[in-house]
Amino acid sequence: MAKGGTRARDPTKGKPMSTDLLSKLLAKNDWLLADGATGTNLFNMGLSSGEPPEMWNVEQPDNIRKLYKGAVDAGSDLFLTNSFGGNASRLKLHGFQDRVHELNRVAASLGREIADAAGRPVVVAGSVGPTGEIMVPVGPLTHALAVEMFHEQAEGLKAGGADVLWMETISAPEEYRAAAEAAALAGMPWCGTMSFDTAGRTMMGVTSAAMVEMVEKLPNAPIAFGANCGVGVSDLMRTVLGFVAQGTSRSIIAKGNAGIPKYHDGHIHYDGTPDLMADYAVLARDAGVRIIGGCCGTMPEHLRAMRHALETRPKGGIPTLDAITSALGGFSSASDGTGDTSGDPKRERRGRRG
Amino acid sequence: MADDNEDIILADLSDDELVLQMHDDLYDGLKEEIEDGVHILLGRDWTPYDVLTKALVAGMTIVGADFRDGILFVPEVLLAANAMKGGMFILKPLLAETGAPRMGKMVIGTVKGDIHDIGKNLVGMMMEGAGFEVRDLGINNSVEKYLAAIEEEQPDILGMSALLTTTMPYMKVVIDTLKEKGMRDDYIVMVGGAPLNEEFSKAIGADAYCRDAAVAVETAKSFMLRKHNAMNA
Repeated sequence: MAKGGTRARDPTKGKPMSTDLLSKLLAKNDWLLADGATGTNLFNMGLSSGEPPEMWNVEQPDNIRKLYKGAVDAGSDLFLTNSFGGNASRLKLHGFQDRVHELNRVAASLGREIADAAGRPVVVAGSVGPTGEIMVPVGPLTHALAVEMFHEQAEGLKAGGADVLWMETISAPEEYRAAAEAAALAGMPWCGTMSFDTAGRTMMGVTSAAMVEMVEKLPNAPIAFGANCGVGVSDLMRTVLGFVAQGTSRSIIAKGNAGIPKYHDGHIHYDGTPDLMADYAVLARDAGVRIIGGCCGTMPEHLRAMRHALETRPKGGIPTLDAITSALGGFSSASDGTGDTSGDPKRERRGRRG
Repeated sequence: MADDNEDIILADLSDDELVLQMHDDLYDGLKEEIEDGVHILLGRDWTPYDVLTKALVAGMTIVGADFRDGILFVPEVLLAANAMKGGMFILKPLLAETGAPRMGKMVIGTVKGDIHDIGKNLVGMMMEGAGFEVRDLGINNSVEKYLAAIEEEQPDILGMSALLTTTMPYMKVVIDTLKEKGMRDDYIVMVGGAPLNEEFSKAIGADAYCRDAAVAVETAKSFMLRKHNAMNA
């Protein structure tokens, strides 16, 4: 290295958050197309049930390249890395808890390779899934330990060149906050979605309205927040309308499943068609969602149909619940859990002991 | 700080009031109060079985119904189940001594490759809350582990859980192995987990898909009833 000369600026270090690629793309575009499923695609490539998908980053890197390229070629502006279960708590099951940094770094570097060869700006989003443990006070996982696990994963993704951290399928507000803190420690911009799969709320009882409130109170708010997975795209759109109703100015993410899982000859097949996902994408955009993608069951053909619909169909107003159900099907529960004064039970209290 | 509500002295309540209060205390996840209530009822010469069914199981049924209906969520149910456990800890040895009737026995575990246990734990707790005996195999169970536990426990019910689309097909591996060994019809097989549904459960040859822990308890009860009826017929 030359001494005393002007140093070339390292583009991966010390970036102010506003200049990250995702923020730049959001500033230039009304909407961005995210990717689809990871697990479903890997299954189709022969991943067997029970194997940790993250090991394929090092053992079958060509399959992971193919996964990423499938989304990019179908028109995705952003794709998630194969690192959903890449935290120490999840990898411990397979005895790979000492390889967190490596598996995440490789997940991101393979992504970097595909994104940089795309010929257009494509965001590599470092997927961070839940720990699978329950946090205090109801469970044993402490905030400090959760932050440490997420931070370890974040550093791996950062080292591999991820543009942004992408927390997904989170149920507990405590876990979302821990992940946010880890992003701050790693100095990474981030996005975070929760999974609303229980009577309109997350498993831990968080409503769409409560999520907006929580997100806005974070010391390092995400670039974008939203919902992923859950129960089909109708429910997910109802959750999105719940976000919108809060009047948030933050970018919203929608990543819904392509229908529901069905079992065929030893494989899981999601029953949502590309046409259904195209309708969903347009409704999401019309509702004001800025980052639109799929989750389980969403394959490249779905993404292509979504991109085509987003580019060709005229923009409409915010859809009503009726418009959503008539286009995408019924909801799985009568209410989305908002509108109650609180999560308090609707029973008459008999009084409390002091 | 003064409480708006008057303090309730459990020991001063009549049996009926105390049982209702225990239902509330379970609902609110108050473990110490439940333990106190159990001791008081036993001190009033209630049989352990009556304490279990009328105070604890009946209380957990309310918790289960509100969980099923989306009024309570996982954190509240975990606290309620923890309170229930406090009561069960006192009752368990007494129930064994008195030869109280058994609801049934379940072996439960998350399938191989899956470390998620929140839902599975809830089912286990709610089943115990309903009076079932539960052997929890934990997470990441191979077909061999399920078979060994079935051999050992001779349960009425086998419960399997999976949270990932990558692990749910393993349930079929377990069921197919039971079939091969000619053991499938000896057990009620119930499956559950976020990505599952009724159709999947049918396709892999399970007896029932249980949407949540409350439904699991209802399903288990109705299967046990059918089993008893079939035996008595």
